[in-house]
Amino acid sequence: MSSLIKFKIDGKECMAEAGTFIVEAARQNSIYIPTLCNMPGLKPKGSCRICTVRINGRLMTSCTTPVADGMEIESGSLDIIELRKSIVELLFVSGNHFCPACEKSGNCELQALGYLYQMMVPRYPYDFPLRAVDASSPKIIKDQNRCILCKRCIKSIKDEDGKSFFAFRSRGNHLEVVLDQELAATMTDEQAELAMQNCPVGSILVKEKGFATPIGKRKFDKQPIGSDIHV
Amino acid sequence: MEKIVRQIIEKYGSDPNRLMDILIDIQEQYGYISRDAVALMAQHLNMSQVDVEQTITFYHFLSTRHRGKYAIYLNNSAVAYMFGRQAIKDAFEKELGIKFGQVTEDGAIGLFDTACIGMNDQEPAAIINNKVFTKLTPYRVREIIRHMREGKSLDELMNESYGDGKNQHPYLQTMVSSNIRRKGMILSDDYVMGKVLKTILPNISPEAVIAEIKHSHIRGRGGAGFPTGFKWEFCRKAKGPKHYVVCNADEGEPGTFKDRVILTEKPELVFEGMALAGYAIGGDEGILYLRYEYRYMKDYLESVLKTMKEQNLLGDNIGGIDGFNFDIRIQFGAGAYVCGEESALLESLEGKRGEPRDKPPFPVEKGYLNQPTIINNVETFATAVRIIENGGEWFTQFGTEDSTGTKILSISGDCMFPGVYEVNWGFNVSDMLDMVGAYDVQAVQVGGPSGTLIGPDEFHRTLGYSDLSTGGSMIIFGTQRNLLKDVVLNFMEFFIDESCGSCSTCRNMPQVMRNKLIKILNGNGVKKDLSDLKEWSKVLLASRCGLGQTAGNPIVSSLKNFRPLYEELLQKEVEFDEGFDLVASVQGSCKYVGRVPKFHHHN
Repeated sequence: MSSLIKFKIDGKECMAEAGTFIVEAARQNSIYIPTLCNMPGLKPKGSCRICTVRINGRLMTSCTTPVADGMEIESGSLDIIELRKSIVELLFVSGNHFCPACEKSGNCELQALGYLYQMMVPRYPYDFPLRAVDASSPKIIKDQNRCILCKRCIKSIKDEDGKSFFAFRSRGNHLEVVLDQELAATMTDEQAELAMQNCPVGSILVKEKGFATPIGKRKFDKQPIGSDIHV
Repeated sequence: MEKIVRQIIEKYGSDPNRLMDILIDIQEQYGYISRDAVALMAQHLNMSQVDVEQTITFYHFLSTRHRGKYAIYLNNSAVAYMFGRQAIKDAFEKELGIKFGQVTEDGAIGLFDTACIGMNDQEPAAIINNKVFTKLTPYRVREIIRHMREGKSLDELMNESYGDGKNQHPYLQTMVSSNIRRKGMILSDDYVMGKVLKTILPNISPEAVIAEIKHSHIRGRGGAGFPTGFKWEFCRKAKGPKHYVVCNADEGEPGTFKDRVILTEKPELVFEGMALAGYAIGGDEGILYLRYEYRYMKDYLESVLKTMKEQNLLGDNIGGIDGFNFDIRIQFGAGAYVCGEESALLESLEGKRGEPRDKPPFPVEKGYLNQPTIINNVETFATAVRIIENGGEWFTQFGTEDSTGTKILSISGDCMFPGVYEVNWGFNVSDMLDMVGAYDVQAVQVGGPSGTLIGPDEFHRTLGYSDLSTGGSMIIFGTQRNLLKDVVLNFMEFFIDESCGSCSTCRNMPQVMRNKLIKILNGNGVKKDLSDLKEWSKVLLASRCGLGQTAGNPIVSSLKNFRPLYEELLQKEVEFDEGFDLVASVQGSCKYVGRVPKFHHHN
């Protein structure tokens, strides 16, 4: 059933199977396009906008757009990189991200992107919003200060009936991800662990466990994010 | 309680896709949606409780807290303020001893702000338990509250005469006026209900209908302007067991109210247009997605549907055409501007949060319940009927080459005669202002907050898809208005309130820009703030939907066309600042620890 098609990313000839989402097709061709809300195996939603590329003059998210034959994709141009950096900065100022005190430091995708785009000081004023930390459930801590509302936990952590543990609440800049209290009581250790793993930042932490891997030996401490893809 | 909630759930077949209806019924029954009701819904619809709540908390008119026996929603659009909204707000608060956002201690009356309710031609206006009260004055406020306290019914509170035209219909009886000031093919009195369905359709094929629509070159009247004929053709050709016709009556763009008027005065024309579209695309189910602000039309519109069914204009074998079956139901929204975006509307139709979908796939391929779906504006359906009645060629004589036909404008603000005006495309702004009696005009907001703010040097421009494109909202501001404070800031607040929050860009950037605008309005702006606003707004272009992409427009467009208004507020000859006041920021902690810091560079 394989039907390979040709397309270009920043002028480079690429090939992938028709229907593959651009972000994955790029990966197969050793080109890294940054992602935050996207996760392999989950239906993409294109909400963080960090994977934005330009196709035919239009900005599109590469996690939700399939490659097409002859497509010319612009991903590495200066203004696209600037846009991605802006989005990283926007996510930093709209929450309370204090990396040195965060359990996820070194494993955090947002922090890693901050380094990748050499963010020094965000250009936008800090919002310093007042956000809660919900430690009421037996297995996990949900720290709203760090949540970037990527929806990965909502889409991936479900019980055996397919019910979601997590969901959005409210909208706009009041939006938050909350945990179902009833279901939280039934959460297994495996589900808690998976929820923490799937969180790109330090918003979901498993209780009574911390710094198992010391700072300095973590995923992005040695290699920048995306270096496993980009050659 | 359990029994009633259960009945409501069963009324909608325990179908999670009908969650909006279930929630609205519960909200109306109890004035809020209790935790127990949430638990029951979760149980019967096989969802988690947070999953039910994420839909509730998305919509402005749904609440998990009691909103009062009388819930008063006072419009907070810019035009409402221009016509005395502040005095009305103060009167309500004084009379009740509570602030907006609160409910009186006895649970009787609640006060809430709400975005434009489609009454810009008769502001200040409020919705009280689904009834609209227009042209409010402080005296009327005191009277309404007094009558509520006396236990009078809402109908008794409407002691003024009913509005004009069909607003007096026994099923409508509302204070709202249609204010039709100029008629064209849509609002004209020569429409004969059923003529197209009964006498024309039996003689032409669905393909011929689409060809005629294409020939007319009509483009979508909601604002985006997609060619209607192509949309219908794509949908007809798309594969799927069901095809749906959806009418977008969510008109939430502040300043637009023409769909309210069309649905009041010509609902048959709209429904006939939907049936016509059903014939064209091969669909047998139509849904009118109506904004909750127009809930007062429910009984009236349902009575119209009933009449049309009795006359075989809906139902089975319409007009005697074998197999032409088409029915329409009304689905209400619950207060979310973003649901006017077609894919967000579909999510809402399916009982979910109104978050726009990623495109492709487009609704014509995968729409409602993943089936091929056309979504058109109220005005588009109405116009389609006149096109099929008179022919595509006839239609092209109206308007301009690239914008054929007529457009119904909702005109409000500083003018003598606010209301709806049906004009040919190609009308210029200057003529429009003369038509409505607008003098000493400082600016016109074309196409609502997501559109453009233009000044007198652009009043020669014409309305049309190639020049000033508009869904119909035209708001006029006189020279006495403070554009940045009274208009731009109000519009930015609107976008902040109405973002679905899904995209990082639209969730955060409008707030960043609004804060900078406030900084400038407070006299603390510096030159760099203006270049920042222009640069930073570009991030919004990476948002998924039109709301996000245009959420910076109030500032972007006023900065482009009214730059001196910003410049005169800036600190003189200051290019740049740190963005915050260090001395003020540390004052609290210094006082607490008893230290006196030295700021050498601030000497």
